[in-house]
Amino acid sequence: MSITVKDVEHVANLARLELSEQEKEQLTGQLNAILKYAEKLGELDTDHVEPTSHVLPVTNVMRDDRVRESVSVETAMKNAPDEEDGQFKVPAVLE
Amino acid sequence: MFEATQYETVIGLEVHVELHTKSKIFCGCSTSFGAPPNTHTCPICLGHPGVLPVLNRQAVEYAMKAALALNCQIADVSKFDRKNYFYPDSPKAYQISQFDQPIGENGWIDIEVDGKTKRIGITRLHLEEDAGKLTHVDGGFASLVDFNRVGTPLVEIVSEPDLRSPEEARAYLEKLRAIMLYCDVSDVKMEEGSMRCDANVSIRPYDQEQFGTRAELKNMNSFRGVQRGLEYEQIRQADVLDNGGKVVQETRRWDEAQGKTFSMRSKEEAHDYRYFPDPDLVKVNISEEWKERVRASIPELPDARQARYASEFGLPSYDAGVITSSMKLADFFEESLQYTKDAKSVANWIMGDLLGYLNANGQELGDVKITGQGLGEMIGLMEKGTISSKIAKTVFKAMLESGKRPQQIVEEQGLVQISDEGAIAAVVDQIVSKNPQSVEDFKAGKEKAIGFLVGQVMKETKGKANPALVNKLLLERLNQ
Amino acid sequence: MAPFDLRLQEVHNKLTSKELSVTDLVNESYQRIAETDASIQAFLTLNEDGARAAASELDKQLQEGGERGLLFGLPAGIKDNIVTEGLLTTCGSQFLRNHDPIYNATTVKKLMAAQSITIGKLNMDEFAMGGSNENSSFYPTRNPWNTDYVPGGSSGGSAAAVAAGQVYFSLGSDTGGSIRQPAAYCGVVGLKPTYGLVSRFGLVAFASSLDQIGPLTKNVEDSAYVLQALAGYDEMDSTSAKVDIPDYVNALNGDVKGLRIGVPKEYLGQGIDPKVKEAVLQALKVYESLGATWEEVSMPHTEYAVATYYLLASSEASSNLARFDGVRYGVRADNPDNLIELYRKSRSQGFGPEVKRRIMLGTYALSSGYYDAYYLKAQKVRTLIKQDFDNVFANYDLIIGPTAPTPAFRIGEQVGDPLTMYLNDICTIPVSLAGVPAISVPCGFADGLPIGLQIIGKAFDETTVLRAAHAYEQHTEHHKQRPQL
Repeated sequence: MSITVKDVEHVANLARLELSEQEKEQLTGQLNAILKYAEKLGELDTDHVEPTSHVLPVTNVMRDDRVRESVSVETAMKNAPDEEDGQFKVPAVLE
Repeated sequence: MFEATQYETVIGLEVHVELHTKSKIFCGCSTSFGAPPNTHTCPICLGHPGVLPVLNRQAVEYAMKAALALNCQIADVSKFDRKNYFYPDSPKAYQISQFDQPIGENGWIDIEVDGKTKRIGITRLHLEEDAGKLTHVDGGFASLVDFNRVGTPLVEIVSEPDLRSPEEARAYLEKLRAIMLYCDVSDVKMEEGSMRCDANVSIRPYDQEQFGTRAELKNMNSFRGVQRGLEYEQIRQADVLDNGGKVVQETRRWDEAQGKTFSMRSKEEAHDYRYFPDPDLVKVNISEEWKERVRASIPELPDARQARYASEFGLPSYDAGVITSSMKLADFFEESLQYTKDAKSVANWIMGDLLGYLNANGQELGDVKITGQGLGEMIGLMEKGTISSKIAKTVFKAMLESGKRPQQIVEEQGLVQISDEGAIAAVVDQIVSKNPQSVEDFKAGKEKAIGFLVGQVMKETKGKANPALVNKLLLERLNQ
Repeated sequence: MAPFDLRLQEVHNKLTSKELSVTDLVNESYQRIAETDASIQAFLTLNEDGARAAASELDKQLQEGGERGLLFGLPAGIKDNIVTEGLLTTCGSQFLRNHDPIYNATTVKKLMAAQSITIGKLNMDEFAMGGSNENSSFYPTRNPWNTDYVPGGSSGGSAAAVAAGQVYFSLGSDTGGSIRQPAAYCGVVGLKPTYGLVSRFGLVAFASSLDQIGPLTKNVEDSAYVLQALAGYDEMDSTSAKVDIPDYVNALNGDVKGLRIGVPKEYLGQGIDPKVKEAVLQALKVYESLGATWEEVSMPHTEYAVATYYLLASSEASSNLARFDGVRYGVRADNPDNLIELYRKSRSQGFGPEVKRRIMLGTYALSSGYYDAYYLKAQKVRTLIKQDFDNVFANYDLIIGPTAPTPAFRIGEQVGDPLTMYLNDICTIPVSLAGVPAISVPCGFADGLPIGLQIIGKAFDETTVLRAAHAYEQHTEHHKQRPQL
């Protein structure tokens, strides 16, 4: 599998990254090199191998349904780039 | 109507139900509704750098309870996955949801439409976190984000495409709501958003096996909205096909005010949610013992109760259906029956006077003060002849408003029925002598005239005279 | 001997005997930073007012007597991806250059309970992605042994600050070698604990299934002390293990007699610098002389570890870094026309090239149509790599090899060649994938640059790792070397 500049544009869109033409070119080459290297994994027969998403054999970690104190609105808004009336402000959702 | 056309409608519903845990699904913030914006938030639900989720056990148990009540198979091993997408109401830019190992799968519920019972399949029930809330400001050029709601536990219940009409869809939703209320896992208020419904709807010629292209319908915020939206959409799609067009696969928004659906012009940039197991959470193993413990906490559900009311109390299926549609109503009914044996009479009072009053005032059972015991005792007073059915109406109204016991109301307002023959005979004498014309009419064969005379006696006794005695004494007097 | 050359236990004694005050230690720390950090650039943010206030508070406590925390009065540096309330936490990224956290990481709370003093926040590769600190979006940290060379990464600031004597110890984070490799490059001791031993709550996630916080120190005994303060179950971290925490310091009894050591031939194979190999073999001789035995073993899936790691870590990172969207915190691009532009511009301006590259790789590996071929495949190979460890540990107590195949490289030498850079982690990545503990201890020098010996243990067997590292250290002088600054 080889990826194209078009693929890079699609992935950048999913990841909400804006790339210059130069970045796109560069990334296409670099990602292809990394993915080509990753093709190594295809050498291994893993049909009967379980995937590992956790190394720890831990299950059923749950907390009791207890309310803890929330932070103040001022604290919640402390790092907000833009706010209004104790809410985070963003440009229109619709284009 | 639509039935007359050549198309069959196929509907599947995706219903989101907020679970009424005290705290959020992955942090300790309160889930209570209506607080000032961003006062129920913390670094975790705000998605600050470095935070981690810890699962609320109660949310899992509520989801299991709901799934079991919907006859789902409960997973032995369930896990959480990340659904990745950018939107300002989603602080981590992914929603913690469940992809391939949901809490419950392969369930069903029965619905009743036009007296016929139909089984609707439930594909799956999974647990996930709710998003925040956006408010549009600056003439639509900006939005404000409130994260109070983010992290409220939700179950998403996906039906099979087994529904064939808007009426069936509505019946399914109402049944679902009743079951959730019986299980006490949610407030299920569509108007407050604790129950939300999206619909996949398509139409196909009756002789076609393959499903037509479907539209996804959103923004139906009431039971009526769901039914109307689907009614509109099936006609719209039929018009498209009848005019030689093709139904486009798209998301459409129901506009309640205009009574129409509109395409959401989604920039179909191929939603690719890149689901993968959330490495911050571990798997949930659900043992048989745990399943049984949750199963044991589920009360008798509406279908079972309906059947029991028919067999145990001889109630008509329709009456039993109406009463069991709400657990509060059914509990009220059963409480009444501890004080009287006359189930049919209790059912009539509930379906007539009680529901009539509640509907007229837009209220729910919890909003009025009458108790099941009160109704049962009132029917007992009627059985004993202490009050007449006419007086009972007065007593019932007083119970709705004051919640007092019927005996007390009868005593305070002096409503005890007069069954003393001598006392009634005296009034009868008085009325007969005052109304010679009516007496004449009766004697001339106008039997109706007796009704007037009875009415006069009742009026004179302020409705308290025993109607049977009045009739008897009046006839005796007139036939002398 | 200057205070920063003392062992933690010696400092403790001098504080008790009032030969030293906490204020002396803090003064010395800032003095040292003033003298050296212009060339090292280990720190991103200093906590001078806070540290001095805390020092006088502790000095008062010292006068009054009473209980003292395990790390009482010790000047510490904290990697800048560990969240500190009210102290900027940038993750080495322009995106978070103004980020003023509203809570403390669990490890930071534990340090507060142990009464160490936070001197400042340490430089790192942006979001812990990199092995040279050249990916810091502020400035690269330099190797105290030779400032033309990289300190390693991503905990480069944490390693350099300890090596330069700016702090007594530091916290780093390790995802694929980010504590051990810079420790090796800078000639200090770096411990990556077993996954789940130390809470991740408040560690800004790079790859959640791999990230662990651990100590960087001048010697093994100090490492044991700091680990003692950090380890333990945390109800805020679902992946935190409920295990009994042993007395790590007490375990340092020097006894390695009868220990069975496996030495993977794959760790000493192609690409290894002969001087590194020689240093490792010399170290094994030390162990032999102490009564341990070693044999060559094979871990056949080692060659697949780097590819596996980059797919898994990048996939997790692509999702973990999605929250940096310019809505609630961080830097927002000026005047975006609409929401999509706000996201795209804020993220593109805020992230550096390596972060973008990994987000791109991870997004691709998770995307529709490629998930099975890349992400799921990598998860399965991870199972095989973990089995390599299980197999060796069935017969051996420890695995020993180099921490990195070469000593530090020159700044700029590997920029623009991501794949070569990734291969520097060949010896540390398999350990991270298996989730087992490993320590890097100084084991020699090549052309004036330190070499690290990696000692790998069974899951939650930090005591054996530390004991073996300590025994080695007691019989060698490498850890006593100090860079001339």
